[in-house]
Amino acid sequence: MTPLLEVRGLARHYRVRRPGGLWGRTAVLKAVDGVSFAIGRGRTLGLVGESGCGKSTAARLALGLLPATSGDVLFDGQPLSTRQDAAWRASRRKLQLVFQDTLGALDRRLPIGLQIMEPLDIHGIGTRAERLEKTKDLFTAVGLLPHMFDRYPHELSGGQRQRVVLARALVAQPALIACDEPISALDVSIQAQVINLLHDLREQFGVAYLFISHDLRVVRQVSDEVAVMYLGRIVEQGTPDRLFRQPEHPYTRALVSAIPVATPNRARQRIILKGDPPSPVDVPAGCAFHPRCALAGPRCRVETPALRSMPGGHRVACHLAGETAAAA
Amino acid sequence: MTAIDPATSEVAIGAPRRPVRARWSRLIEAWPPLVMLAIAWIVLTLIVAVGADAIAPYDYSRMDLRARLAPPAFAGGVWTHFLGTDELGRDVFSRLVYSVRISLLIAFAATIMGAVVGTLLGLLAAHLRGFFEEAVLMLIDFQASMPFMIIALAVLAFLGNSLPLFIGLMGLHGWERYARISRGLAISASEQSYAGAIRQLGATPWRVYGRHILPNIASTLIVNITLSFPEIILLESGLSFLGLGVQPPLTSLGNMVGYGREYIELASWILLSPAAVIVLTTLSISLIGDWLRDRLDPTLR
Repeated sequence: MTPLLEVRGLARHYRVRRPGGLWGRTAVLKAVDGVSFAIGRGRTLGLVGESGCGKSTAARLALGLLPATSGDVLFDGQPLSTRQDAAWRASRRKLQLVFQDTLGALDRRLPIGLQIMEPLDIHGIGTRAERLEKTKDLFTAVGLLPHMFDRYPHELSGGQRQRVVLARALVAQPALIACDEPISALDVSIQAQVINLLHDLREQFGVAYLFISHDLRVVRQVSDEVAVMYLGRIVEQGTPDRLFRQPEHPYTRALVSAIPVATPNRARQRIILKGDPPSPVDVPAGCAFHPRCALAGPRCRVETPALRSMPGGHRVACHLAGETAAAA
Repeated sequence: MTAIDPATSEVAIGAPRRPVRARWSRLIEAWPPLVMLAIAWIVLTLIVAVGADAIAPYDYSRMDLRARLAPPAFAGGVWTHFLGTDELGRDVFSRLVYSVRISLLIAFAATIMGAVVGTLLGLLAAHLRGFFEEAVLMLIDFQASMPFMIIALAVLAFLGNSLPLFIGLMGLHGWERYARISRGLAISASEQSYAGAIRQLGATPWRVYGRHILPNIASTLIVNITLSFPEIILLESGLSFLGLGVQPPLTSLGNMVGYGREYIELASWILLSPAAVIVLTTLSISLIGDWLRDRLDPTLR
């Protein structure tokens, strides 16, 4: 069975000018550099990594919102074009993006009810009465009160706006929703509500998620599979249980060790990474992580590790994986 | 305008005790008297402009050399020329009525032309980017770097003067500001904002621009219109004053002020009544524009 969305060797490079005004040399910024993953129907792939590691760009590429420098995106086995023509617009019905900035993503001059209905209007689904009915059903399904239908975005709280944005993404029954940090702007109690909502909606509508976050606990909770990105590449990928219990890549290990736990007195090693992530313009030779890696050997400075498979469908891009698991 | 008005907040607190006064205050807040006066004035000038033939007691070019420089009725003149007459014995009131017609025609037509052309070019530049955007930006810079009076003088000197040409020329005034504003706002709306969100829902550019971007930037454009309208009236006055605008015997407000200037000490009424109409009209448009902008914005309600 073909996966719903398959991404192979996706890359997005930007030409940038180094500091130095008009005379600065141009350089290539590799925002995303050879990313491959697949998402099955009704499944959730979590994408984690530091700010600026290319998570959002990867999501936009995967949805066909940005043209890729190289690589393929297959949706339902068909290549996805990024030309903004009628076919592209029609394909938007199946692929949705949920933004982090919900106030920015909503038109402040239109009542939220009409905005949720908009995808149905755009794709001409049903009669006007049917659309209105469907919108009102979904309106209550995401936990908004009926009297809010004519409210404006600025009159709602952050959590309510997130529900509006989710409802708008869901109303045309897409197959895949990419959530770009959907909860990081919300406070913890509302985060939990939205996560439960995402979960319920998946059960109800069978929608697949590409879930982007830097909150590892949330990713662990919602994902069927997790991919860790570092400087535009996936460095480790696997089921959340395996990845968080037994991380192979030193970077993942550092991330996992940074998750706050309820029992802090339990003996555990906290790995604190030194330094900032290198600029994606000057990706270090060899393994991109080697300048910050405590275990880096001579091979890591020269040879870029490929993502290789481990037992149990786990994949990791580290020369030392498997050897160091016992040592660490 | 956005801040809470002290008067209304006081009313809100005292509302249960004084319902009648509260209702009055709300009514006054919703329909401010000054704005209503401004609307009334604009409606009046429109009526005068449309019905000029019926309202004016004399033909605007009819001379009565025996009654030259007659003062207005309230300054010791006669009621047959109640706003007085000018140096050729033409009735000032009749000329004023026709001037209102011509000036409003020029100002409204030119403002609308400038707003439509400028906004269209700005949105097209934001949508198409690339070469078209560069070309529009270059035109904007060209227009902004040349005093418009000089462009107008050159065009009128070379192409002669006719009313349609003059209106078209005035329409070119200020288009670059609409273009700049609409381009900038449309681009900022498209990047990761509501317009980008709507586009990724699969909306056509028509829907993105017509239903979302245009209503959102309308308030800024309306403010620009209210700034532009008085400028066009003044520009028309300036050009008419220089003899390149509306040509005699046709008359306009600026034209009247221009020719009346020579008699400012002897017969100031020739100049004062058209000047007063210019001031009142431009002020009214500004007031209405301000009010409309707040009224059209749901976040300020």
